[in-house]
Amino acid sequence: MTGLEEFYEILKDPAAYGRKLKSEGRRRIVGYFCSYTPEEVIYAAGAHPFRLFGMGDTIHLADAHFQAYCCSLVRGALEGALAGRLEFLDGAVFPHTCDSIQRLSDVWRMNVKGPFHLDVVLPVKLDTDSAKAYMSDVLHKFIRDLESQLNVRIEKEALRDAMGVFNRIRGHLGRLYEMKSAYPGVISGSDLHAIVKGSMIMDRDRLLEILPGIVTELERKKGEVPEPAGKRLVMAGGICNHPDIYRIIEEAGGVVVGDDLCTGSRYFEGIAKAQGDPVAAIAERYMSRPPCPAKHAGLYDRARHLVDIVREKKAQGVVFFFLKFCDPHAFDYPYLKEALDRTGIPSIMVEVEDQLPSEGQMQTRFETFIEML
Amino acid sequence: MTEHKKTKSMSLFREILLFLLSRVRRFLLHFKKHRKMKDILTVYYMEAKSARVSGRKVAWITSGGPVEPLIAMDVIPVYPENHGAMIGASKMGAGLCETSEAMGYSSDLCSYARSDIACATVNGGPIGGLPRPDMLVCCNNICGTVLKWYEVQARYFNVPLFIFDTPFCHTGFSEEVRRYVRRQLDEYVLFLEEACGRKMDHGRLSNVGKLSLEAQRLWQAVLDTTVNRPAPMSAFDAFYHLALIVTLRGTREAVDYYRRLLERMKDRVAKGIGAIPDEKYRLLWDNIPVWHRTRWLSEKFASHNACLVADTYTSAWCGSMKYIDENNFFDSMAEAYTRIYLNIGVDEMARTVLAMVDKYDVDGIVMHSNRSCKPYSLGQYDIAKVVEKERGIPSLIIEADMVDDRSFSESQVATRIDAFMEMIKASKQ
Repeated sequence: MTGLEEFYEILKDPAAYGRKLKSEGRRRIVGYFCSYTPEEVIYAAGAHPFRLFGMGDTIHLADAHFQAYCCSLVRGALEGALAGRLEFLDGAVFPHTCDSIQRLSDVWRMNVKGPFHLDVVLPVKLDTDSAKAYMSDVLHKFIRDLESQLNVRIEKEALRDAMGVFNRIRGHLGRLYEMKSAYPGVISGSDLHAIVKGSMIMDRDRLLEILPGIVTELERKKGEVPEPAGKRLVMAGGICNHPDIYRIIEEAGGVVVGDDLCTGSRYFEGIAKAQGDPVAAIAERYMSRPPCPAKHAGLYDRARHLVDIVREKKAQGVVFFFLKFCDPHAFDYPYLKEALDRTGIPSIMVEVEDQLPSEGQMQTRFETFIEML
Repeated sequence: MTEHKKTKSMSLFREILLFLLSRVRRFLLHFKKHRKMKDILTVYYMEAKSARVSGRKVAWITSGGPVEPLIAMDVIPVYPENHGAMIGASKMGAGLCETSEAMGYSSDLCSYARSDIACATVNGGPIGGLPRPDMLVCCNNICGTVLKWYEVQARYFNVPLFIFDTPFCHTGFSEEVRRYVRRQLDEYVLFLEEACGRKMDHGRLSNVGKLSLEAQRLWQAVLDTTVNRPAPMSAFDAFYHLALIVTLRGTREAVDYYRRLLERMKDRVAKGIGAIPDEKYRLLWDNIPVWHRTRWLSEKFASHNACLVADTYTSAWCGSMKYIDENNFFDSMAEAYTRIYLNIGVDEMARTVLAMVDKYDVDGIVMHSNRSCKPYSLGQYDIAKVVEKERGIPSLIIEADMVDDRSFSESQVATRIDAFMEMIKASKQ
């Protein structure tokens, strides 16, 4: 597929890609965590939003700051920064989500010298008027903070253009997901995962050159691919740093046709309105898109959303994929599972730390689960 | 009569008895000059558990939550975290945690939450479960965990949930945050008015605010008596006396209790009576107590002539007094409840610890690295480094959990405490 190797190249060594971008000198590079970072604002400031994940290093430097019961995303990201592998960053943005990211921000500010440091303390509630007003206030504050850190002015027009860029990206990713659901054989799960994750790191102008081509290519290909025999599954959870999981599921006779993941549909769902006040539109998108479990949008929203995805994607089962020590997801699991059980949707739960459990063991678990469907 | 109806009427019958008993106990308590914590709490729980009979509403609230509006509305506040501590102290944590794990909750989650969630379904634990809530009030100034925990309970009990969202203050308190939190105070009052079916008496609320501030001042004064050598009480005593500042902050009862406690401590200071027989070393405790080992830890340190003279935990309930405006309690609650110890950056926490190190003149810090509490524990290593660098004072890190004692190793912790104390003794020579 044209351009696909670029995504894999980036994910193989994101830091090397960051350094390359930096040396090209087109945009300053602002690292960020979590899908609640308003990337549009960073882009509109003439900088490049670069999503930070654990870099897959063996953790030893971060051990001097965080206990072993802190998740591998937080420890891994700090490790990369302390080891000097993120020296290409001009700044880092920490949106408030969970207790661990919250402390990562503090420890980073105290120990990682060089890049500027910004917190975006979003509301936790997403379902009240005062939270909506505060969301908008925080976004305005973020714009002011970023302007002063980067010494630029973010004009409304630039922000509107940036929103256009990200809406197009979201639209393309959404289209890929639709095709994956309609023609599961058209692209492998690992490839789709690489595209979505790579989209959070790749230069966005370059991304917009590649993505439409990929969409067109798949549109053309879709009629020719055979219907895969795999059972249709939905994946739900937080960050997926293990593209192998898709292959293992496929080899066990399943196929992931939709998800509710930070590194999946939660990243690109919801379009910010192009008309009107851009900040209000960004705020509105955060208030209305499927929430992360660290946020509150109602008592039953996440279960309803998950059941809806399963129905819409005509899936037969759900794979919960959790990062060990991720409290918000672990807290929601029993209630989500119960909601699925009540609707007659079987599910399986996989919890990973840094590494996937042994492949043989995973294979057996998935085979048993998929056979049962 | 069906089985269900029978159990229901049995429980109502029990509650009526409990209600009558609570009236008698409260009446007797009235004549007692020196009210004991145990008696006060017994009456409090009896009243809470018979609220259906007395017609009062019960609200479950997080330990850092704004309780004053509840007191002003005559709602009985009940603290699941307090309950968690009781479960831990009575060593019933492991069993209840296992129950929650069978319900699908990961063993890595907060053990207060796990044991409370389990307890609600089986009415177990040391006091046979908490009284059923009429409403839930969740303030996330202590952690994000309480949000998830209260969502679970709101679904389980099917009662209204009010989320008091206090944005985290990494480096300060912004005007945006002040506006947002202040607006929520109005929403909170509306929520209570709706749940109780009557209006808030703002005059009463302001009186409750005054009592709350007075109790906080007294509590701080009690804690401050340990600047003396020997310290008249230890952090382990503070863990015990803490109950009222958490539970009944804003009542006359709490004010009276702490006033008498302060007198007692001043008297001990005057007579030179220490919390431990021979205080030679003074230490600071950090994090929530290891509830299942408080006595063991206290005795262990005492055997080294070391007294835990202060802690970052019990002082958290009076730590943001500086933001309270006595004459405008309601408005100032916004800042006071947002800037509490756990809702601030690690660097500001380190500054607070440094100030305590100076004030109480301690020789070392004992940090409970508490698996259950990420906002309290993640960042401890950095605080230890700051204190070491700024004051040359060492820290001991104890790996444990506040309620779940399944992975606690007494011998391992004892060895580490012995080694730490040897080091302190050597440095003091």
